[in-house]
Amino acid sequence: MTSNSLALGGVSPRRLSHHPLVERYAPVITTVLALVAIWYIAAVAMNWTLVRDGFEREETPYTVSDVLAGTMDAERPLLPAPHQIASNFFDTVFGYPPLAPRSLVYHSLVTLSATLLGFLLGGVFGIVLALLIVHSRVLERSLLPWIICSQMVPILALAPIFIVVLGALGLHGLLPKAIISAYLCFFPIAIGMVKGFTSPDLLQIELMRTWSATPRQVLWKLRWPAAVPFLFASLKVAITISLIGAIVAELPTGAEAGIGARLLAGSYYGQTVQLWSALVAAAVLSWGLITIVGLVERGVNRSMGAR
Amino acid sequence: MDPRKFRLGLLFATAAIALSFVAPLAPGVPSLLARPGLWQAAALAGALFLAAAWFADARAIVPGLAGVIAAAIVSLLLLHDSNIAGNATAGFWSIVTAAWLAAAMCVVALAALRPVRKERRRLINILVPLLFGATVFYLWEVAVRGFGVPPVIFPSPSAAALRFAASLPTLAADFNQTFIKGVLIGYAIGCGAGLLVAILAHRFEFLGRGLLPLGNFFSALPLVGIAPIMVMWFGFDWPSKAAVVALVTFFPMLVNAIAGLSAAGHIERDLMRSYAASHRQSLTKLYLPAALPFIFNALKINATLALIGAIVAEFFGTPTQGIGFRISTEAGRMAIDMVWAEIALAALAGMAFYGFVTLAERATTFWHPSYRT
Repeated sequence: MTSNSLALGGVSPRRLSHHPLVERYAPVITTVLALVAIWYIAAVAMNWTLVRDGFEREETPYTVSDVLAGTMDAERPLLPAPHQIASNFFDTVFGYPPLAPRSLVYHSLVTLSATLLGFLLGGVFGIVLALLIVHSRVLERSLLPWIICSQMVPILALAPIFIVVLGALGLHGLLPKAIISAYLCFFPIAIGMVKGFTSPDLLQIELMRTWSATPRQVLWKLRWPAAVPFLFASLKVAITISLIGAIVAELPTGAEAGIGARLLAGSYYGQTVQLWSALVAAAVLSWGLITIVGLVERGVNRSMGAR
Repeated sequence: MDPRKFRLGLLFATAAIALSFVAPLAPGVPSLLARPGLWQAAALAGALFLAAAWFADARAIVPGLAGVIAAAIVSLLLLHDSNIAGNATAGFWSIVTAAWLAAAMCVVALAALRPVRKERRRLINILVPLLFGATVFYLWEVAVRGFGVPPVIFPSPSAAALRFAASLPTLAADFNQTFIKGVLIGYAIGCGAGLLVAILAHRFEFLGRGLLPLGNFFSALPLVGIAPIMVMWFGFDWPSKAAVVALVTFFPMLVNAIAGLSAAGHIERDLMRSYAASHRQSLTKLYLPAALPFIFNALKINATLALIGAIVAEFFGTPTQGIGFRISTEAGRMAIDMVWAEIALAALAGMAFYGFVTLAERATTFWHPSYRT
């Protein structure tokens, strides 16, 4: 008997505020609305002097409401208001043909291709590493500490060198970016898969041994199925990291296209609205990728007979 | 490890040493026998490998490693001959092969050891990865210098180390700018704010249920992208870096701390209630201690994230110092050895930071089941 179950008696379940949908979504919606409100207030506060100075420079008479309206649609605001970002986002996504260099869709696709290639490379590399580590005690003891150390190196610092080295070897464009995002995302996959491959307990492994299963059979019939939940958990982490890697790889390389290039251009030319809408694009991309991984996970689970 | 394979590997290493006496080191240079001091050392390495092959068990490790060191020294000294560096041939590479083969055999044998004493087991757990890493660095050094890879593409570790030692003042200034000012201040602000908001969210359930999904959403976003905006708001100096770091570290801490604060069990909560403990008392005596493993998990994740955030923020503009600034400018000037020296600095700082957090975790969560072995 716990205190919570004792306390439950007095609440009437009929009231609207205790409807499950309301209980679930009301806090989230309230918090989001509060954030938007704070954002608007901050936009007014941060852009105030900017707009007022603009009026004073032109020596036009102005009222408080003029300045207030000015903070909401300044051309280069310190902090653009949410509706400005939203309208810029929709303009650049739907206002141009998808492959025009001004379209955000085009830039997102460039980054997405590097992300996906890097994710693929990193995923394969991570799983192979995990397999090697699980099957060899020597590698586990000698390699694993170095893999963990490699993550304490701020890997993004390596990005410019990768670009220089690969450029000297004649590789340009997609592959260097993909390699950087692969380097970033192999780690969670490798660690998660080592955990997953070793997750079958001794009893199950001994059962396989009593059936005189070969190591390969143990791998395919026991270790792989047991590792699937771990695989998807680490894939969800890895796909965001790989997107971050692709975006950041575009920064020092002076790429002409991609979300990172868009961020860099926005910061150089003070185009804050464009900068924020590139950030929104990155957020949408990351959310979409995680959702896709989640859907694949659900499909795989169903085909493996979960539930 | 199968002793027959072990013996065979060591015999191969001995044979490779023997081969190096016969085969040319490089086109048109005197052979190994014409170099007093070096050939004796190479012969010693061969003899040690032979002795190790004789034992072919745990006793082989010490002579084997001694032979590896002798062979490695011979090969590194040979590289000082400018005729060998860049166009080494079979004789030289057979010494390197011998050193590598014997080192691999010894590492495998060492990893297979199961000493009874706990300290010895710990020693081996440290020694195996160290030997592995030393072998990798040795091969990198020898390959870069033996094949004469241009330092613009890939410098040898010794060149980077020399550069590190020669430019200590610059490195210290960069470390101070990026790590002490940017990372540490931002880390403290971000983690502190995350913890505070988590405590509030734990106190007011409505806030918690609103913040947790948002926190999960935000911690999956590529937040480093906010760096150019922070540079625009806070200027080129360290405050903008600290702001990026604070923002990047905030959400992992928030999510983990909220999870940790609800980790205290029902029985303990009921006990606190039966003691009529105030909220503050149960927070400091129950919820926070129970949340410590989660908080330290976030601190560890953030230790890496913080360094990355600060370095990326420096790509968008800095005063003329800082690790990220130095890396991007030196890479532009093709001074790759300096870039590697900066990376070594960042790696050392990152590992020290992580190690420090881990030590603090050991000291404060010694009671947790994962440490009570």
